[in-house]
Amino acid sequence: MKTEIICSGFGGQGALTVGKFITKAAMREGKNVSWLPSYGPEMRGGTANVSVVVSEKPVASPLVSFPNILVALNQPSIDKFGPLITEGGLMIANTDLCPNKLNRDNVDEIYAPMNQIANEIGSDRVLNMIAIGIVIGKTGLIKYETIEKDLTAFLEKKNPKLLELNLLAIKRGIEIGKE
Amino acid sequence: MGEKVLMKGNEAVAEAAIRAGCRLYFAYPITPQSELIEYMSRMMPKAKGTFIQAESEIAAINMVYGAAGCGKRAMTSSSSPGISLKQEGISYLAGANLPAVIVNVQRGGPGLGDIQPAQGDYFQAVKGGGHGDYKMIVIAPSTVQEFADSASDAFDLADKYRHPIMILSDGLLGQMMEPVEFQPMKTTEEIEELNKQHFDWCIHPNQPEPNHHHHEINSLEIDPIILEQHVIKLGQKYDVITEKEQKWEEYSLNNDNEILCVAFGTASRLVKSAVDQLNTEGFNIGLIRPIRVWPYPYDAIKKAITDNVKKVAVFELNLGQMIEDVRLAVNGKVPVKFMGKVGGILFTPEEIKAQLEEWLQEEK
Amino acid sequence: MKVIAQRPKSLTDLAFTYCPGCTHGISHRLIAEAMDELDMRDQTMGVAPVGCSVFAYKFFNCDMAEAAHGRAPAVATGMKRARPDMHVFTYQGDGDLAAIGTSEIIHAANRGENISVFFINNAIYGMTGGQMAPTTLPNMKTSTSPYGRDVADIGYPIQVCELISSLRAPYYVERVSLLSPQDIIKAKKAVLKAMKFNKEGRGFTLVEFVSTCPTNWGMTPLDAMKWAKENMYPFFKLGNFRDKSLEGGE
Ligand SMILES: Cc1ncc(C[n+]2csc(CCOP(=O)(O)OP(=O)(O)O)c2C)c(N)n1
Ligand code: SF4
Repeated sequence: MKTEIICSGFGGQGALTVGKFITKAAMREGKNVSWLPSYGPEMRGGTANVSVVVSEKPVASPLVSFPNILVALNQPSIDKFGPLITEGGLMIANTDLCPNKLNRDNVDEIYAPMNQIANEIGSDRVLNMIAIGIVIGKTGLIKYETIEKDLTAFLEKKNPKLLELNLLAIKRGIEIGKE
Repeated sequence: MGEKVLMKGNEAVAEAAIRAGCRLYFAYPITPQSELIEYMSRMMPKAKGTFIQAESEIAAINMVYGAAGCGKRAMTSSSSPGISLKQEGISYLAGANLPAVIVNVQRGGPGLGDIQPAQGDYFQAVKGGGHGDYKMIVIAPSTVQEFADSASDAFDLADKYRHPIMILSDGLLGQMMEPVEFQPMKTTEEIEELNKQHFDWCIHPNQPEPNHHHHEINSLEIDPIILEQHVIKLGQKYDVITEKEQKWEEYSLNNDNEILCVAFGTASRLVKSAVDQLNTEGFNIGLIRPIRVWPYPYDAIKKAITDNVKKVAVFELNLGQMIEDVRLAVNGKVPVKFMGKVGGILFTPEEIKAQLEEWLQEEK
Repeated sequence: MKVIAQRPKSLTDLAFTYCPGCTHGISHRLIAEAMDELDMRDQTMGVAPVGCSVFAYKFFNCDMAEAAHGRAPAVATGMKRARPDMHVFTYQGDGDLAAIGTSEIIHAANRGENISVFFINNAIYGMTGGQMAPTTLPNMKTSTSPYGRDVADIGYPIQVCELISSLRAPYYVERVSLLSPQDIIKAKKAVLKAMKFNKEGRGFTLVEFVSTCPTNWGMTPLDAMKWAKENMYPFFKLGNFRDKSLEGGE
């Protein structure tokens, strides 16, 4: 089994972090993984994206051209990568910044107002955690417990409040993913 | 080995170098290598080592020359334009028989080019980018783990042959994250032991009288008769390295391969994906990946060209550089095809697959 | 700030690629206005550096060359010697001019090369993401001085105007800032002077701009201006360091 993912959004939205948490959790669960970011001038204000590969076998190409899963935090991400999603694939999009839907009949499309939900939870910083939650809820690619453990180790002392919000956001995402 | 951690190639090679006993690191910032120098700026002080952001790449390589002359493990790193500036220093290191490690995180060139992954510095690295008769062992990792492992490999080779070693990576390996397991940190005593192996030649080995000798670090031999002997000796060293230090990976290699692919570093990973795909579809494609691009594994390639191999296919992120070495190995036995990408653009596994299919079709 | 109705002719129509609140745009405009006012655009050639202003060759609407990192003064020397009838300027950041290109700038200045140098001092490497510059202030944290610049280990910030004006040849050396409207008016005067002397072929001129890099300082543009005034002025004193037109002699 090999899952290829692209996470994409404006710089600062945390698309690269979505990819990083998925990659790290999959690694902890014994999978082979790679995380390949776009870098360079487009990062300054433009759209940033990351290719993530999670695989039973060692990862050959870390470059994802046709994702099984697309996490699109803004419209340019849907426009650029939406048409490349493999048949039977999945797209998770942030409706708050994506006015136009993808509308492909061979792709599962989940739309959620992530900015709005994040603000309800209490901080727009947790937007990307909602996206991670949806991936977990929908695909079971990684376990909630693995990410919880990682986040706890990272934030418990530094920022317990943010930890709590992050975990809430993931759980909220999982619910959306399961719907 | 310890626990697996997820790390960028740039940071992994820096951590691995510190663990391998490097306590002297000098460099100048440049994208896509800057995480390496930034990591060193954070971690070297903690390891009680020296980090200096030099005023230029030229200064940095010469700081390495000085530190290496004192018999210590020293390293510098940069990306293509900065590596060009280091060529004079590398030539001096080779001429003076000094062990040192140079990391190149390649980007698109020539000139200022761009900052995306490329393999355009192959000729510069393996054919001698500086002046004079010299060769450099060039390690070409293809994963973050290998990138990290290449640090201790490079220092060991540098010490063994008293010679500069280059790690030839690129922006993709530098920027991507993969799981890495590190070797344990060398202890102060172990580092002392490593330094001792250089006491018979290095400057100021801290030996009290009467063992103190006058040592010189130098690449000048003004008398041609002496220089001739010096360069002949260097040549003998290169012969030994050529014989002993070739390293390559054989991937899906067997006697029935229809096409033999050759690729190194990042390009080889993209080729592997295409090879896997085609082989599940019933074709039989093999790959040789030189892990060190100098000394070059000519014989391994020669051996892999069985009677069933119709073509050799070379894939590089440049206009065609390593292909010249492949042609030397193939020596006209079968056609050698080439697919390249330039400008810091990667070929996708799908593009490689389509190209291989076309070449397979030609055979039918 | 002075309201400028029209984009100077000496700038192209391209939108700047600088971050919001970055001072590179202001210094570009000052140089372009000076070229317009002195009516020298058609006889001027510029050299762009490697740094955030690497695309200056697209922004100035005169003939431009792009140099390797730090080598602009050498490239400008070649251009000026090949075309003595033309006016040549370079535009350089602190990494470009005061680190990798130290030897080029000192020797161009020492030869009294007939060029103008516009030097943007923002105390950091902007382009590559906030590493330490030769002008980074003591104890200032950057991505390669994570524990603050330790002057005992790595030295004090290099004061370029002081250094250049210790040489005999330079004709005009002045440090200005871009931190307030008044400062910008003063800066404009200095740029005009430098370009005028350049046009008259009087010798080597250099104007240093005390600038900001809000992005890599991690500040809002306004906070960056305030921080620069408080922290950079004590080290980088504004004023004239050399003006031979006032000396009557050489
Ligand atoms: C030979 C070489 N070394 C390093 C670099 C990478 N590099 C590009 S811009 C830059 C520093 C720019 O800083 P500065 O001159 O202060 O200008 P700023 O970006 O702050 O305007 C560096 C180190 C390069 N392009 N070429
Ligand atoms: S990084 Fe700094 S110097 Fe560069 S454009 Fe942005 S604010 Fe200006």
